[in-house]
Amino acid sequence: MINSLKILFRQGRQYIPDIKNAAVPGIFRGRPVISSISADEKEIAACCPTGAIATHPLSIDMGKCSFCGECARIFPGKITFTRDYKIASNRRDRLVIKEGIDEAVRLDPEEIRMEISRSFRGSLKLRQVSAGGDNSNELELNACGNVNFDMGRFGIEFVASPRHADGIVITGPISENMEEPLQICYDAIPDPKIIILAGVDAISGGIFTGSPAIKRDFLDKYKIDLYIPGNPVHPLTFINGVLELVTLRKFKTFGVLR
Amino acid sequence: MNYTAVRNNVPVPIESIPILEYETFLEQNIILAGKPDNHCVNYYGHRAGNKIRLICCMASDMEMMIYVSSSLINSSKPLPSFTRHRHSFEKFEREIAENFGISYIDHPWLKPVRYAFDRHDRKQEISGYPFFRFHGDETHEVGVGPIHAGIIEPGHFRFMCNGEQILHLEIQLGYQHRGIERLFIEKDNLLSRTVLAESIAGDTVAGHTAAFVNLWEGLCGYQSDEGSKLTRTLGLELERVAVHTGDMSALCTDIAWQLGSSVYGRLRTPVINFFQSWCGNRLAKGLIRAGKNNYPLTGELKEELLKIFEEFLPAFHQVNKEASRLPSVLSRFERTGILTGHQAADIGAVGMTARMCGIRRDIRLSHPHDLYPVLGHQPVLKHHGDVYSRFQIRREEIKQSIGYIKKIMENIPEVNHDGRNWKSEPMAGQFSVSLVEGWRGEICHCAITGENGRLVHYKIKDPSFHNWLALALAVRNNEISDFPVCNKSFNLSHCGHDL
Repeated sequence: MINSLKILFRQGRQYIPDIKNAAVPGIFRGRPVISSISADEKEIAACCPTGAIATHPLSIDMGKCSFCGECARIFPGKITFTRDYKIASNRRDRLVIKEGIDEAVRLDPEEIRMEISRSFRGSLKLRQVSAGGDNSNELELNACGNVNFDMGRFGIEFVASPRHADGIVITGPISENMEEPLQICYDAIPDPKIIILAGVDAISGGIFTGSPAIKRDFLDKYKIDLYIPGNPVHPLTFINGVLELVTLRKFKTFGVLR
Repeated sequence: MNYTAVRNNVPVPIESIPILEYETFLEQNIILAGKPDNHCVNYYGHRAGNKIRLICCMASDMEMMIYVSSSLINSSKPLPSFTRHRHSFEKFEREIAENFGISYIDHPWLKPVRYAFDRHDRKQEISGYPFFRFHGDETHEVGVGPIHAGIIEPGHFRFMCNGEQILHLEIQLGYQHRGIERLFIEKDNLLSRTVLAESIAGDTVAGHTAAFVNLWEGLCGYQSDEGSKLTRTLGLELERVAVHTGDMSALCTDIAWQLGSSVYGRLRTPVINFFQSWCGNRLAKGLIRAGKNNYPLTGELKEELLKIFEEFLPAFHQVNKEASRLPSVLSRFERTGILTGHQAADIGAVGMTARMCGIRRDIRLSHPHDLYPVLGHQPVLKHHGDVYSRFQIRREEIKQSIGYIKKIMENIPEVNHDGRNWKSEPMAGQFSVSLVEGWRGEICHCAITGENGRLVHYKIKDPSFHNWLALALAVRNNEISDFPVCNKSFNLSHCGHDL
């Protein structure tokens, strides 16, 4: 008992108090910014391993970006990765960062289904499915619940059974061999339910785009409620993205705005 | 004996590898595998015209050599198997059979490995896996997965039980198959391949990326600089510290020791955050590149890391002491999930799994690369083969790795190539093997280049490929409720296996 208390005492305070404004240490590669200085657009686009850079106008699609940072290294004045980790959105097009734009990525409140705001504001239980995920996103999603990030304090948790869940978090490019289990898991979740894609592989296939071993038909069938870019997603990106999804849209019950 | 002796990361012309009659090929490799110091690091096939060329790489744990030989066969002709003589070839031959439709006349367990998209028989589907069946009045089966109760990768576990006791566990994998080996050929530039290497197993980014870049630089005839060697070695050891600490946390979670779980868990955080400070990514994606060192270690970073260890070590020692004292911890860890040294040797176990039951097998010692020759590594060995041995070996390896990190950071080299002199042009007609001791164990990448140095074949072997069978053997006669802690104590990779 005494020993346990001694150990506890040594740890001090581990949790991040302000999850919305915490600064990430070091040189995190978060939201990219493309400056307006002139550069050879074709050359920039050609250096990207996942085809995330488009031209006219020059843009980076965070849903395709593997965040390797090579473009910023070759064209330092043109492209920089900021430490802004709030890069999740419920609209796929908002993940595309265009030349000269340096604004925070937000969710579109109009696109958030009313049932999400009504049902999941105070409590959201998620079932995670790794469908060809490389275990990096899985590690970071686990980290969301550790003593540092402590996502549970917001009522957001991962649960064991799809029957207990309000939604599904998919990681990985969706391998052909996982297509059926993913569908079974999704079908087992009671309505209303949400779909979150976590990480570049899930959003676009990432480096696996075009592989004959992946099959992404599942995604064409349903509305995706949240895209969380990253390779892997940073726990702060995930937590802030999900929090915004469940709290951003205001709604009225019995005439009271909540 | 007719083979070519190859060194780690030193390419040889593909013509220099002898092509033997299958019978001679079999006999020779069985003799090599019979020596306790040798084990098979890779055995695979690739198409050569209308035939299949089998390539077998036997590594010595003592002599820094890999003995490579090959054989050309027809896929239509049934063959006698290696497995009948040595169980360590079991998985390799199953893979060859699955990919090329070769039938072995005496393989005891010829089942699909991963249902690869380019398997010989597309009609065989993952939902139709032929499980071992047994019947009895007091026995039952428990099927778990592919989707499990936590945030982990998918795989199916079929337990055959007598009451609470596991008689046999069959592990079916393949759900994570993404066609990586084919993508290595199809991707036409180095950066794409490097990003791909980082995605083989996202928990072993430094391990697999180091294996790839060392192989690639070797094929290009390029000698990497001291700064890059430091980056790779430091990345590998730091990854070991981080993942081992996280695993110790997970082991405590599985026995419901909340304090240990939280403390080990939070100790991992500053270590992976250091990766972010260093290279912008908590899991070291982006850190290791061929032909250049994007993130040379600076004096500032060194101080930051030393400070992290200064805080890490006392807290680590304190909680370790408590873990080794608490009866509730020891009673769950000790004598649970035992893998004997004999079993480990028989199945060709590698890495931590081999070392925790007394086998001195470690690439850092036997085929050292980067800065390992200077470190004079001596592997940590345990002998009991139970969950507690796997817990202890992690604890000791963490301490050892921190020691190594401090040592290699004493002299930060000034030479750091920024990639200006580097040309990614592999030599034509070469074969090369790259071995790296990742935190799980031995990673092996093999490449063959064709005309103009174009990559024509790429083969990856994660340590999990050998070690999944170790888990199945270790849980026999254990309670099914001890499976989670056994599984976590091995912490094997699904995606590294499925590729």
